Amino acid sequence: MLDAKIPAGPLDQKWSKYKSTCKLVNPANKRKLEIIVIGTGLAGASAAASLGELGYKVKAFCFQDSPRRAHSIAAQGGINAAKNYQNDGDSTYRLFYDTIKGGDYRAREANVHRLAEVSANIIDQCVAQGVPFAREYGGLLSNRSFGGTQVQRTFYAAGQTGQQLLIGAYQALERQVALGNVKMYSRHEMLEVVVIDGKARGIIARDLVSGKLERHFGHAVLLCSGGYGNVFYLSTNAMGSNVTAAWKAHKKGAYFGNPCMTQIHPTCIPVSGDHQSKLTLMSESLRNDGRIWVPKKQNDTRRPNEIAEEERDYYLERRYPAFGNLVPRDVASRAAKERCDAGYGVGSSRQAVYLDYADAIQRYGKIELGKQGLDTADAATITRLGKEVVKEKYGNLFDMYEKITGENPYEVPMRIYPAVHYTMGGLWVDYNLMTTVPGLYALGEANFSDHGANRLGASALMQGLADGYFVIPYTIGDYLADEIRTANIPTDHPAFVAAEKEVSDRINKLMGINGSQSVESFHKRLGKIMWDKCGMARNAKGLQEAIQEIRALREEFWKDVRIPGAVAEYNPELDKANRVADFMELGELMCMDALDRNESCGGHFREEFQTEEGEALRDDANYMYVSAWQYAGTNNWQLHKEPLNYEVVKPSQRSYK
Amino acid sequence: MEHYNMNLTVEVWRQKNKDDKGGFKSYKVKDISSEMSFLEMFDVLNEQLVHNGEEPIAFDHDCREGICGACSMYINGKPHGPWAATTTCQLHMRAFKDGDTIVVEPWRAKAFPVIKDLVTDRSAFDRIIAAGGYVSVNTGNAVDGNSLPIEKEKADSAFAAAACIGCGACVAICKNSSANLFIGAKVSHLALLPQGEPERRTRVINMIEQADKEGFGACTVTGACEAVCPKEISIANIARLNKEYMNASFSSDK
Repeated sequence: MLDAKIPAGPLDQKWSKYKSTCKLVNPANKRKLEIIVIGTGLAGASAAASLGELGYKVKAFCFQDSPRRAHSIAAQGGINAAKNYQNDGDSTYRLFYDTIKGGDYRAREANVHRLAEVSANIIDQCVAQGVPFAREYGGLLSNRSFGGTQVQRTFYAAGQTGQQLLIGAYQALERQVALGNVKMYSRHEMLEVVVIDGKARGIIARDLVSGKLERHFGHAVLLCSGGYGNVFYLSTNAMGSNVTAAWKAHKKGAYFGNPCMTQIHPTCIPVSGDHQSKLTLMSESLRNDGRIWVPKKQNDTRRPNEIAEEERDYYLERRYPAFGNLVPRDVASRAAKERCDAGYGVGSSRQAVYLDYADAIQRYGKIELGKQGLDTADAATITRLGKEVVKEKYGNLFDMYEKITGENPYEVPMRIYPAVHYTMGGLWVDYNLMTTVPGLYALGEANFSDHGANRLGASALMQGLADGYFVIPYTIGDYLADEIRTANIPTDHPAFVAAEKEVSDRINKLMGINGSQSVESFHKRLGKIMWDKCGMARNAKGLQEAIQEIRALREEFWKDVRIPGAVAEYNPELDKANRVADFMELGELMCMDALDRNESCGGHFREEFQTEEGEALRDDANYMYVSAWQYAGTNNWQLHKEPLNYEVVKPSQRSYK
Repeated sequence: MEHYNMNLTVEVWRQKNKDDKGGFKSYKVKDISSEMSFLEMFDVLNEQLVHNGEEPIAFDHDCREGICGACSMYINGKPHGPWAATTTCQLHMRAFKDGDTIVVEPWRAKAFPVIKDLVTDRSAFDRIIAAGGYVSVNTGNAVDGNSLPIEKEKADSAFAAAACIGCGACVAICKNSSANLFIGAKVSHLALLPQGEPERRTRVINMIEQADKEGFGACTVTGACEAVCPKEISIANIARLNKEYMNASFSSDK
């Protein structure tokens, strides 16, 4: 039976009570306890730094050449916090409520409430580190709105919020490196968890420069390795983002929670051709001021500027007047797909909609006019002033769009289309963030816990930092307090030897195939199956087909993949092969999970289950649970269910109308 | 925007490992779309190499949206290639025309040794940050974020400096292989904010000292670094670095 270990007591007191009653480790003992942290994004860097500050001996690993390059760096829009600096009615409860509702009632109340509680501390911590958040002229912090909420609670640093937060955490991490509390292993990839007597006791890592396998002992192992969106090949993830660390843990006993819950982000630059290697997000913040539309006429090939106002369909404003262009991501993405599938798409592929700034430019231009007292200015001046304002707010995003597409978004509406962006699913964890393997934790996007079936914008950064700065430092102590008598286990222990052998056998097997097809070509084919059959819309038939296709592809991969080069050298093709092999196993589980969940909720949209208006139709009576899958051998999983008990929020049909 | 296809010759630096001498190798690529990114052209080339049983070209890359700072190619004599304020991954093939020859090399600096082909070791930058590029504030020590107002102009300048992605183009272009734009950006970011004040003096001295140890050269304010910086980090940050360094060095109240 799954035990989420949620503390007793009223929801708003669980965390404070936990903190004041959990077990502690005294400083002299902390020095003797070693913790391994995999990944140095927001969750990993903040955890490694904070645990180092507490006095634990930390080893941190990342596959990139520097911890500063983890993909948290690419988050654009912002980070939510219930500060209520805007006096617009925000509170811990509202942030909690918005997150639960945004997640379509598939997240755990206690975890989400804790997240909302610590959100304000995150902002304070980051400001203290020197994170240069946007500020108003009075010198105070600025906020903006984001999807799925009606208050302004998003803190930001232009379109580079993730970068600034990560650099803050990275600097805190490097400080601990300098102090000797953290040892950093860059260009290292975790390829196995070592479990001894049922507890996680270390890892096998590969030095990606020399190709050598290394054994590392730890009293606890933290997986902060991010999400698995790259299973779709094309996503907004970095090229290196992968599921390997989480997947190895899964195969060693950690249950996988809600694997089918994938977020498709509505505003990305559309695919331009078969050469496409990744997709680029245009921040959700653009939906603050931009208006999304398609022509009212099907297959309209006119240029956007030739289509008159009355011939445009602002479909989000039409369908969802209360939230308009700021509906949550799942809703916005499906609406775009619906229009394109119905033949209203734009651009050469017809798989795109317009994101238009013309109105915003005029609106801001007029405001500027008022500010500058130029009440007699001409249209050109209004447009010029408006463009200047838009440039200040979104300049870097517009520049990026222009570099990629060659089109000037100040003049022509941007073309956007949904793309895989984030995975709400991940390793199942309890309230302590511990997986079903004692001593093995999952933080940030790598776990499943806080976003249910759909994540709200600006909440990923919040969760990563909440887990790393403010949750794990408490919850890990509760576990390690009972480990103070565990001496370091020497890495010649048979479990380490066996784990290393498993890894090297697998690598040798991969290298020995010597087939004819590249790793990349297999990844592309996997991505196509996943996108077509387990993407924005799914149905039972497609999912069943996908499972068979993935199995066949996997078989072909293990017979015919070609990996050039050698094992004992820097070999990015081998690194990629290791990751793609794992994606191919995960893909099957995602389809199984999507097939099991006979309902639609958030990012999981089963075509068979929708309202007459095409909205997701939940089935609370039968599916109000977290799917936690246990690995039971090749092509075989056992489903465990964690029932979701809503004690405070009453689930209802999610409406943004 | 009109799209077109092109055939190109790519001259690439190949070097098996750090001890190998290395040399240029010439490759032909066909039907490259003007819509591709520069790295997607490399993907096509690498697929071709794998297909022919050759080893693909190793290069650092990750986010492919111009923010992680991993990509680092010296293209036709310029870090990140011909476009201003652009990382290699954001450079698109529209920048080239049919029949062009493109020369691609790794970053070259003593402090950034080549690992393989176009991949270099830039961990020296991490060690410079570890020497002082932070505010010493443990988790949990912070006061309310709005308790200390910061002049918008200063906050904006701090942000502009903090936009550095640590790619190392500034070092790669510099005739002295100086890291002063990188260091100046971090020193400025923190010196402009009240949070950075308490460690202002030690920070700048320790970071410069570390850079010297790593083998970066001195700065002669030529300005090439600013010209190639994909994030347009201003050379004014080097001026501020020098000022901070002087103040710290000559000050008696440490």
